[in-house]
Amino acid sequence: MIRRSLMAISTFALTAVLTAASVLAFQPPAGQSEFVPARDLPPSESIPAAPLLVTAYAFIWVAAIFYLWTIWRRLNKVEADIRSLDQKTRSAR
Amino acid sequence: MPMLVVAAAMFAYAPVMIAHADYESSMGLVSKILYFHAPSGMVMLLSAMVCGIASAIYLWRQDRRADRVAIAAAELTALFGLIVIVTGPLWARKAWGIWWDWEARLTMSFVGWLIALSYLFVRKYAGAGSEKMAAALAVFGSFNVPFIYVSVNVWRTLHPKTTVVPTLPPGMRGPFWYCALTLFLLYLLLLTARVHLERQRAALDDLYLAQGD
Repeated sequence: MIRRSLMAISTFALTAVLTAASVLAFQPPAGQSEFVPARDLPPSESIPAAPLLVTAYAFIWVAAIFYLWTIWRRLNKVEADIRSLDQKTRSAR
Repeated sequence: MPMLVVAAAMFAYAPVMIAHADYESSMGLVSKILYFHAPSGMVMLLSAMVCGIASAIYLWRQDRRADRVAIAAAELTALFGLIVIVTGPLWARKAWGIWWDWEARLTMSFVGWLIALSYLFVRKYAGAGSEKMAAALAVFGSFNVPFIYVSVNVWRTLHPKTTVVPTLPPGMRGPFWYCALTLFLLYLLLLTARVHLERQRAALDDLYLAQGD
């Protein structure tokens, strides 16, 4: 009886140790506890800022000028219609 | 005309001001998108409020002048909203490493922009009586404005908080408010021109009706 119990305990202990060892061996690396500053980055690591900045400002200029142009075009069309309708009304009298 | 000259001159000089402005320490060059992105956002919110208030006046008093202001403001909300939605991701790509995130400020701004577009689509395609439907939509859209503004303070977001602008250091404050004033003048100019277009359209409609009689 004692022998059987000792056998069971030793089997359990061996399994636990082997499992713990394998779990510890395959642990992911510890999370970062602090950030280390760096002065320079390799060029492949950094997203260039200048094209993003230039695109943003170019878009704003193009959007504003395009919208102003659409107002001017629509206004010209309406005013041309008013003029032609005015002329028709006058000639009808 | 004098307003056009002043706005054009200020708009042309803005890049010089921005070039001489300080960089933000962690974001560097790309942080200079701030000088047009944030004021465009401010103008977008202002325009949505103008549209909502003018629409409420139109619904209440049936005032056609208010309706003209509302449609002009809706178009400008869509325009400045588009500027915000395009320039924001260009900044985010560098600052956050992603183009877009479905967080509170970005999502609510996007919804605000969609409401402005919905207003314009309803006006264009919903047929007779669309003015009142669109006006109700604009009033609903203006309710979204305070939520967009406070979203960064209430929810945890990637977007900087509203405290950034009042606490800008002197090297950034001057160019920022210069650009804000420039965009506000540009907004007033475009709003005036767009309202004038609606007035002329109304005059044309009156002429057609007079000819029909």
